[in-house]
Order: sequence, then C-alpha cells, then structure tokens
Amino acid sequence: MNQQQHIEEQLWSYIDGFSSEEERSAIEKLLQNNVEWKNKYHELLDAHQLIKSAELEQPSMRFTKNVMEQIAKYQIAPATKTYINKKIIWSIGAFFITMIVGFLIYGFGQINWNVSGDTKLPVDLSKIDYSKIFKNSYVNIFMMINVLLGLVLLDRVLANRRKRFQRQA
Amino acid sequence: MSSGLSDNEIISRVLAGEQNAYADLVNRYQNYVFTLTLRLIKSREDAEEVAQDVFVKAYRSLADFRGESKFSTWLYTITNTTSITFLRKKKLETHSLDNEKVFELADSKDSGFRANTIEQKSRIGMVTRAIALLSPDDAEIITLFYKVEQSLDEIGKILGLETNTVKVRLHRARTRLKEKMEKHFSEEVKNIY
Repeated sequence: MNQQQHIEEQLWSYIDGFSSEEERSAIEKLLQNNVEWKNKYHELLDAHQLIKSAELEQPSMRFTKNVMEQIAKYQIAPATKTYINKKIIWSIGAFFITMIVGFLIYGFGQINWNVSGDTKLPVDLSKIDYSKIFKNSYVNIFMMINVLLGLVLLDRVLANRRKRFQRQA
Repeated sequence: MSSGLSDNEIISRVLAGEQNAYADLVNRYQNYVFTLTLRLIKSREDAEEVAQDVFVKAYRSLADFRGESKFSTWLYTITNTTSITFLRKKKLETHSLDNEKVFELADSKDSGFRANTIEQKSRIGMVTRAIALLSPDDAEIITLFYKVEQSLDEIGKILGLETNTVKVRLHRARTRLKEKMEKHFSEEVKNIY
C-alpha cells in the first residue's frame, strides 16, 4: 500500500466515524499541521457529502398500486418449517447412517488383518460374495423402507402442490 | 414513511390477514428495491417489473421472515436473486468495471437509464450516473452504505463478508467512484469542489 492509499484509508475511516479514539486524535493533529492531509481530507469530505446527497431512484407513481393488485391474487404461503416435517428428515438421515454403518461393519468384518505386505490389499475383492449382500433379507428390508419413505415424500410433495394450485385457482 | 409502525409490527399485521398493511412496507422500501434492481438491470422498465416481482415474492414468503435480521436485509436477498434470475432469463449483460461502453450506453437514447436534462446537470444526477458506471459489486456496496444507510455489520451479513472486508471494499468502491466522477463529469465536479 502506498502512502497516498494509506492516507485515504485513514481519512475515510475518520470521516465515517470508524476510527478509534487514538487514531482520531492522531488524524486531527495531522489535519492541523500537515497541508497534504488537510487538502486530502477536504477532497474526500466533499466526495462523501456529494455521494450522500444522491437520492434513491424512484419507480413510477403506480408502483404500490401495481404490487397490491398483484398480491391480491395470492395468499401468504405457510412458513417452510410448518410443512417440512423434521421427523421425516431425521428418519431418512437415520436410515442412511444405519446403512453406511452396516456396510462399514460388514466391510471391516471381511478384512483379514493378518495378511502382510504393502502391495496387496487387505481385502480380496474377488472373494466378496455380493449375492449374499443383495439376497440378504435385512438388506431387502432396508431397501423396502427406503422405497416406502421415498413414496411418502413424493406423496407429500404432490399433495402440497395440489393444495397450492387449489388456493391459486 | 407512511406509518409510524415498525417493519415487524407491519409484518405481524399482514400475517394476521391485514393485506392492506403491506402497502406501507411497499411504500417504505420501493425506492430501495428499485434502486438495487436498477443497479443490475439497466432498463428502468425491466427494473420496475423486477422490483414489483420482488415485493410479490416477499409477500408470499412473509411467513418465512423470522425477524432475526432487518427486513431490508431479507428483502435484499430476494431482490438480488430475483434480479439475477431475470438477467439469466433475458441474457442481459451485467456491466463490468472500466468498460467505457457503459458510459455511452448510459448516455444513449435507447437506455432506460437516461435521466432528464435537468437531472443530468444536477449533482444528484451526476452521482447517480457515476454509480451506474461502476461494477455491480461497487455500485451495490455504495448503495447499501450511502443510500440505504446500512451499517458495515449489516452489509457484511447481506454480502456474506467480514466487516473489515466490507470496509476495504467500500473504500475501494468510493475511490473508483471518485475517479469516475472526475473522469466523466469533470466540469460538474469542478463546480462542486
């Protein structure tokens, strides 16, 4: 940062009122004794006041009326938290965590920890019997629950959509 | 301000079914929302349409406003996403910093941003036109700080930035605005300083 930038930064903070008490008194001393600081201060203060004087843009006179006419067709949607059932989210989360933990336990159970050597994998992938996993009744139950939860979720989404259409109509 | 009620009081009334109370919020924030949309969408007509859409969206989602932040902060996020969606749909260009064509565009007859002759000559018109020459990011921070009078903390929340970063960005934006004013409006600046 060059000297000029440093001076400007300090002065902007001073003008905005963001300087600490110590910084303020140091700047005030500089403004009394240093012509460069004093000139820069007045230049920035003018720019500050000029920007401040600018007003917000105004839309057309009919703006509020147009908005009110548009919102008359709608109703306020219920708060998101009222229609998102946390229990469903938690049960879906719990299901996936259980699945992951189950697979991890199964995977670690397959590892032969006594096999030595760096190049070989501790798990012989060719020896894993995948048919056991997918024909396992527990996995099938998990899958069924998953499908059921998916259907419940889909039903809720469609029901909400139907309600919204009915309200708009 | 058309009523002495706070934003949260008006919102409670609207949520209780008093739809007309929403007009107070629209009156209170229409210039704010319109200015922000105009920073991104250079056509006044389109900006006004988007600003109206912002208020309709805000109304429909009003139950989601929890009052944890200022209403203006919440409204800002809707304004920003609505404007960006509009620009994506229309495939309009957002103007970049130091693009001299922007100046010509702002000055051209076809531009909805063209102010009337009296306004162009005034200081207010000059600042407004100079802000329009800045990048959307710089224009946004200047607008939030000077025109909407948000604190640095609040701007930080809106933009997802640290307060110190906001301070530095504001400083840089002001420097660039000053440069733009001196470069493009040197005569007016001379009269003012």
